Amino acid sequence: MFKFRHSIAMGFIAFALLTGQNALAQEKSIVVASTTSTQDSGLFGHLLPLFKAKTGIDVRVISQGTGQALDTGRRGDADVVFVHARSQEEKFVADGFGVKRFPVMYNDFILIGPKNDPAKVNGSKDIAAALVKIKNAGALFISRGDKSGTHAAELNLWKIAGIDIAKDKGPWYRDIGQGMGAALNTASASNAYVLADRGTWLSFKNRGDLMISVEGDKRLFNQYGVILVSPAKHPHVKKDLAQSFIDWLISPEGQKAIDDFKVGGEQLFFPNAYTPGA
Amino acid sequence: MFSSAFWMLVTGDPGLYRIIGLSLYVSLTATLIAAAIGLPLGALLALKEFPGRNVVTIIINAMMGMPPVVVGLMVFLLLSRSGPLGSLGLLFTPRAMIIAQAILIIPIIAALARQTIADIWVQYRDELAAMNIGTAGSIATLLWDGRFSLLTALLAGFGRACAEVGAVIIVGGNIDGFTRMMTTAIALETSKGDLPLAIGLGGVLILIVIAINALAWTIGRTGERLAGAA
Repeated sequence: MFKFRHSIAMGFIAFALLTGQNALAQEKSIVVASTTSTQDSGLFGHLLPLFKAKTGIDVRVISQGTGQALDTGRRGDADVVFVHARSQEEKFVADGFGVKRFPVMYNDFILIGPKNDPAKVNGSKDIAAALVKIKNAGALFISRGDKSGTHAAELNLWKIAGIDIAKDKGPWYRDIGQGMGAALNTASASNAYVLADRGTWLSFKNRGDLMISVEGDKRLFNQYGVILVSPAKHPHVKKDLAQSFIDWLISPEGQKAIDDFKVGGEQLFFPNAYTPGA
Repeated sequence: MFSSAFWMLVTGDPGLYRIIGLSLYVSLTATLIAAAIGLPLGALLALKEFPGRNVVTIIINAMMGMPPVVVGLMVFLLLSRSGPLGSLGLLFTPRAMIIAQAILIIPIIAALARQTIADIWVQYRDELAAMNIGTAGSIATLLWDGRFSLLTALLAGFGRACAEVGAVIIVGGNIDGFTRMMTTAIALETSKGDLPLAIGLGGVLILIVIAINALAWTIGRTGERLAGAA
């Protein structure tokens, strides 16, 4: 009886693994490691059905911070990375993990802060001056702290403001090591300032007393790029399917689909695959 | 707004039902696999004397409290394309989530089964020794006779599998329509700031777990009565 029960269990495991295997073999799919902003804003929910209708390819999106998404690509666990930190992307390609970086679209970062504005920065267009005021006022500031594209942008902005944040941070600077949504939730709960991408902010629902404090500084520009993971490094990369997704994103049709995407009547991402140097 | 998740449940929102279906498929499969390993292991620990048995028992008891995120990370490193089992291509699939949950709950099922079997073993020891059916035969007999009590061990394992988010979000990737489960959907909605939908999904998850426990309990009680009557 023991043997009989044992074989039932083994049979079940084998069945589970085999049926899963078949399901995988039948469909055309690729894995895209992307950022929380593209996923949480609903952009992929808009783009992927259009792409699937045209090509039949299932795009499986894993949303992570830019640093983690590039790491997923480096390990060979994704076919495509779609992220927003240009210097990291260029390093990814230079190190041989990616084939080529294509610019796709941009949006902008905004500084979010509480309505009572303890650092007196609301309405300003100068992000560097605003950061200096926040530091001097010791007003609560939430940092992503997760090596994401937004985190990289935030660190760069502190540098532009002439502040060595690693040295100058005090109890007012809270590094939470989480995604954009979690950072906004934290800021909302503690009435703190936080740097966010506009897309996530527009689709974020738990705003509490938060509002846009600083926007419109050209240093808040946020460029997205897409890269095919190197099939030379990782031979299992689905090169053709993945390349057709990249080609579609930067085609006039894909760019128009990005242009058409709106939340509450507001455009979230601006296609710029054809802008030189983007 | 607070009831939006329940409204989706009532109106048969296909996305929600796919998420519920995947949660049940993954957690039930993981529970069955963990039972196939954990029950015999627990029984073996209960009745076989061998050097280091106490150490193994202590380790398994301690592993009941293993953080899911650690299990997730271990499975991630194993299944990643750069890891030892990378060529299987299992990462970011439902099967990776089944493996992670099974590993997570094997210690729970084994530890609870060990306790249950140890209690029965006291009553059966002489009888089984007289039957002279060996260790494997004794284990099979004890597992069979203790099957209604052991249901609790399985439910504890299933409950843990259903409730955890740390492991499946790492090895599954929370891919919409493919590896998104109840718990990872709750985490996602929370991060999007849609707290009413998140708490609604949490309520739905609790209802489902209660329903499955009620079903298992009823089956167990009915079975016990029938077995007693026979």
